Amino acid sequence: MSEGHSTYTPKTGLGRWFDARMPLPRLVYDSFVAYPVPRNLNYAWTFGGILSIMLAAQILTGIVLAMHYTADTNLAFGSVEKIMRDVNSGWLLRYLHANGASFFFVAVYIHIFRGLYYGSYKAPRELLWILGCIIYLLMMATGFMGYVLPWGQMSFWGATVITGFFSAIPLVGDWIQQLLLGGFAVDNPTLNRFFALHYLLPFMIAGVVVLHVWALHVVGQSNPTGIEVKSKTDTVAFTPYATIKDAFGMIVFLFVFAYFVFYLPNYLGHPDNYTVANPLKTPAHIVPEWYFLPFYAILRAITFNIGPINSKLGGVLCMFGAIVMLFLVPWLDTSKVRSAVYRPWYKLFFWLFVADAILLGWLGSQPAEGSYVFMAQMATLFYFAFFLVALPVLGLIETPRRLPNSITEAVLEKNKGGSGHPAGATAAPETKG
Amino acid sequence: MKKILTSLALVGLVAAGTAAFAAEEAHNAAAPTHFPIDEPKEMSWSFTGPFGTYDKAQLQRGLKVYKEVCSACHSMNLVAFRTLSDLGYNEAQVKTLAAGYTIHDGPNDAGDMFDRPGKPSDHFPAPFANEEAAAASNGGAAPPDMSLLAKARGVERGFPQFVFDIFTQYDAGGPDYIHSLLTGYDQTPPAGMVIPEGTHYNPYFMSGVSLKMPKPLSDGQVTYDDGSPQTVDQYARDVSAFLTWAAEPHMEDRKKMGFRVLVFLLLFGALVYLTKRKVWEGVAH
Amino acid sequence: MSATDIHDPNRRDFLYVATGMAAVVGAGAVAWPFIDQMRPDASTLALASVEVDVTSLTPGMSLIVKWRGKPVVVRNRTEKEMKDGEAVNLSDLKDPIARNANLPADAPATDANRTTPGKEAWMVMVQVCTHLGCIPLGQEGDFGGWFCPCHGSQYDTAGRIRKGPAPENMAVPVFKFISDTKILIG
Repeated sequence: MSEGHSTYTPKTGLGRWFDARMPLPRLVYDSFVAYPVPRNLNYAWTFGGILSIMLAAQILTGIVLAMHYTADTNLAFGSVEKIMRDVNSGWLLRYLHANGASFFFVAVYIHIFRGLYYGSYKAPRELLWILGCIIYLLMMATGFMGYVLPWGQMSFWGATVITGFFSAIPLVGDWIQQLLLGGFAVDNPTLNRFFALHYLLPFMIAGVVVLHVWALHVVGQSNPTGIEVKSKTDTVAFTPYATIKDAFGMIVFLFVFAYFVFYLPNYLGHPDNYTVANPLKTPAHIVPEWYFLPFYAILRAITFNIGPINSKLGGVLCMFGAIVMLFLVPWLDTSKVRSAVYRPWYKLFFWLFVADAILLGWLGSQPAEGSYVFMAQMATLFYFAFFLVALPVLGLIETPRRLPNSITEAVLEKNKGGSGHPAGATAAPETKG
Repeated sequence: MKKILTSLALVGLVAAGTAAFAAEEAHNAAAPTHFPIDEPKEMSWSFTGPFGTYDKAQLQRGLKVYKEVCSACHSMNLVAFRTLSDLGYNEAQVKTLAAGYTIHDGPNDAGDMFDRPGKPSDHFPAPFANEEAAAASNGGAAPPDMSLLAKARGVERGFPQFVFDIFTQYDAGGPDYIHSLLTGYDQTPPAGMVIPEGTHYNPYFMSGVSLKMPKPLSDGQVTYDDGSPQTVDQYARDVSAFLTWAAEPHMEDRKKMGFRVLVFLLLFGALVYLTKRKVWEGVAH
Repeated sequence: MSATDIHDPNRRDFLYVATGMAAVVGAGAVAWPFIDQMRPDASTLALASVEVDVTSLTPGMSLIVKWRGKPVVVRNRTEKEMKDGEAVNLSDLKDPIARNANLPADAPATDANRTTPGKEAWMVMVQVCTHLGCIPLGQEGDFGGWFCPCHGSQYDTAGRIRKGPAPENMAVPVFKFISDTKILIG
């Protein structure tokens, strides 16, 4: 976007006229056609494009659902069911939107883990990474408020529990909670403001996405080797190379998405949300949407007071701390080498961290009792140890493997020997080229 | 790829170990801590799987069971008579069916509420005026509305079953549960188990040892015209299928469209993949 | 793909065109539900008929019922109104078509064609001005029929446009007498 050496040359008179007045076609050309990307990007790098498509799809289906939805505690549940039963194609749009949220998170988690694996957050991409973390936070807020809108049992009790976090804040907690709820409990004012914010936040996400892409285009993509682009031979043009690869990744992703939308539309939801909210009756056990489960497990793992901090505040602090860790990653990682491909120990810890996150997710879905609590505490400990101990210490003590001199060299070596320098675990099977 | 598999296996091991560990915790038959006591039986339904369709004759029988038995206590507020054409009824039959119900309507020009015969645009009328009345007449627990029951019930499948469910497209948790519950009465509770008064032991009930609803169905209670067996098991199957339709009336459309969408994505994906190979040929990466 | 295919430019073009076409087909198929959802939904369509009891209507009286969200007037016309309606020459009409949903689309706008056979005294009509959708006032204006206060359209006693900016006669909906005192609209 701000490369400064545009190669765009308008071919028509109209093109030149436009370019002299508002060089939008030039911007698009420079950003999405001529923009150079490393030639060795694997399919893990298609998730940026997939996420853009998912955001656009969520906004589109969301706007049409809003045309039929009523944000009133007496009518919300019925209006959603009217969408499911009577509105033309309504069931399709709602299932697309509900599962779309889940798959948005599937994509964003792969995107985040890709960044962690290949060290994409390291200088000069810290700001790019932080903007991504902000998008993730906004997504969580949007997803949470969207889940409240159908006004089922899980909507109501999820909202009650999540807004309860704020009551843990000392002194002003209750005041803040009442401010958020617009009352003493989740009720009509809450539903109304959640709907308004659920409509607003995706556009804020879109705004931060623009900044995220801007920052990306200033520093350029990282790549599986983690070596910066050194010459023109290291890169290919965004179009057609990256666009067609992104398109294929997207279709594979959409295939899985469609499988869930059409065959298992309620698999990722909770049956209790098909019962209308009842403020007088809590379901047997409340679970958030799956994408919050690891954080939910961390929240519940703190069952003990830590000095002056009681267990409730401690849980909330740990949960938010788990997200804060992500923001700090660029400075916690002390390694001089970016990519886990050349870091045997970091690679091991990375996969343990993935396993830990999945385990936390599973624990979050189980009742907080018996041995689950202890396991959640251990998993939480490992979660924080990964960021606060493994990342800084490994960078200092680990001996990385030999790095190739350039991306081109890495590519040629890989194609020649095969096992010389595997481009990471997620390398695509298409080595024929 | 190998690394992904290895790590997935690792995760699986950890999780399986955890589950086994948790299952070993004290198990006392007389005072169970996890419900349901028995997992729902998995039945074979016409509507499961990628090409599943509703069995219209079964839905009609299920409607009969609902009308003659369930509707005495359970409302079905979200279902309109007009949608019964999905069950294979023609317009005249739907009108007759609707007219068999009395709808409280109004106010009229004089400002009074009045009763009139149902129209296809009406929804099933509720057996009780409001939830409080429903609770008062049923020992303090209002019978749940049945419109979405088949989607609002479902016993958690646990690890690793929930992973397999993705591939087998298991989407009958609701009807399996309802069928098991309806056929799960008349069993003797384990010795020493305390059954609260006014409740009925049922090992399939998902939130306790017993529920307020007494055994609703008995053999021969509803007369079938099509020769289907008039047994509790058959009634339970039919009404579960009917409730699945009531909860998800567009399921057939959904699965049909899904098949077309997946075939399209497969073909389109193949084309894009070939194009991608063409574009990248000669560029080592 | 064999090596010869790769160097055949036609084969390559075909692949690109086929992929592009598939993308267009896919985009079109995705667009449809977004348009489809705007159409009236099943519950709206189901409310398409109302029954009206007209026992209390003596000649010269009207009542208005809501049908599909619009006012439908049922008027038991006086002898004079019927005579006035019949006396109009078809060539004097601004819109010579009956606009009666119970008749063929090209039926002429005679007074009889604006009503139903055997019940010519009864006007059943969507009381919405065909200009821009205001509700005309009954029994007003130069023709003793309806007068639209918004932009001054004037209708006669059979609801036919006679003067002003409205282009068409007011619409007669599908209706029938199911008994002497009951009308089913829609």
